[in-house]
Amino acid sequence: MEVVVLDYGAGNVRSVVFALERLGISARLSNDPQVISNADYIIFPGQGAAAMAMNKLNLYGLTAVLPNLKQPILGICLGMQLLFENTEEGNTRGLGILKGSVKKFESGKIPQMGWNSLQNLRGSLFDSINENTHMYLVHSYYAPVVPETLATTTYGTTYSVAVQKDNFYGVQFHPEKSSQAGQQLLQNFLQIKQ
Amino acid sequence: MLCKRIIPCLDIKDGRTVKGVNFVNLKDAGDPVTLARQYAQEGADELVFLDISATEQKRKTLVELVENVARAIDIPFTVGGGINSVDDVHALLQHGADKVSVNSAAVRRPELIREIAREFGSQCLVVAVDAKQINSHWKVHLVGGKVATDIDLFEWAAIVEQQGAGELLFTSMDHDGTKNGFANEALVQLSRSRRIPIIASGGAGSIAHFTDTFIQGEADAALAASVFHYGAIPIPELKAQLANHQIPVRL
Repeated sequence: MEVVVLDYGAGNVRSVVFALERLGISARLSNDPQVISNADYIIFPGQGAAAMAMNKLNLYGLTAVLPNLKQPILGICLGMQLLFENTEEGNTRGLGILKGSVKKFESGKIPQMGWNSLQNLRGSLFDSINENTHMYLVHSYYAPVVPETLATTTYGTTYSVAVQKDNFYGVQFHPEKSSQAGQQLLQNFLQIKQ
Repeated sequence: MLCKRIIPCLDIKDGRTVKGVNFVNLKDAGDPVTLARQYAQEGADELVFLDISATEQKRKTLVELVENVARAIDIPFTVGGGINSVDDVHALLQHGADKVSVNSAAVRRPELIREIAREFGSQCLVVAVDAKQINSHWKVHLVGGKVATDIDLFEWAAIVEQQGAGELLFTSMDHDGTKNGFANEALVQLSRSRRIPIIASGGAGSIAHFTDTFIQGEADAALAASVFHYGAIPIPELKAQLANHQIPVRL
């Protein structure tokens, strides 16, 4: 099983690689469209500014490749937000796999930083993970609730913290930093049938 | 609901944990990785590693340590101590730190905050501020509190936020080491005037002090060292008590 973690200069890739190591999986880091297309599972982390991340994806020729992938792909944090059509952050166009816009939090401390509880869990991504489990989140922008939502949380507003459309999965929280529950989620993702 | 965070702080010197540690069954309490894992298992929400060593080898040792911690633990951690440049930050994040904490260097050159935020994002930047009251005005201090400045804490906090820090870690030197509770009056003022999360530090001595700093001080997180290291306050008990006071915590 080949797991590729997208390394395009806009994500905390080491944390994801270490989390996979703890599951006994040696992941490959790559920004090469060929390597990515041949992977069994792809993890798409993201941190920092949306516009910069999209620029880097463009630079490596990945904006054209990612939407056409057929294997399971998991966007994390900004990686999930970029699955949507656009984001208010720098008025950036995303990959457009999911309909809807990512918006900035209007109330509360910004960024939201810390452990928040998850509700309305569904799908195999959340196998063995209970309603109201806490996951670690750090973000200033949030994704809307859409038909593809797999889990929500509330911070001033109720929004999506997990989504799925076909083989495209996204989580707003950091499973690689969310203790046992996060580990379980990564394990669940790697058990999704191709 | 977003939880209040409990953050043990580990002082590191030449790659080893300093200060006595009172965990039972710990083979090597001086090993930061062993200790970090223990805290993570007990329910700590994050960890802070503060490098207090001053040797030439420092950076290399620290970077190795960061990588070992990142491999071993699955909760977020921050690294601070002597960070002066974007390059310093890059090395630490590259090896798996989730956030860095900048203190004196930011006061000397506030643009450093903006440079780090622009390069790596605000989410990975904690600005730490040491302050104490001089003639009943909170003044920022440098070099671990040794050097006084004329900078007002609240004015500095505004600049820190404006320059792009993701969090503010406020240590009251008047309270640090006293075990008499956190500086809740200053904390509530910071928390209400700023949009970024505020971490309370300095003064933890009992479970009630944590309750107070979350309720009266309106802190988003609380950091402490010795009460955790010496086992005076076990984290599971602390969190259970906070939950009894309707303070949202991750149990």
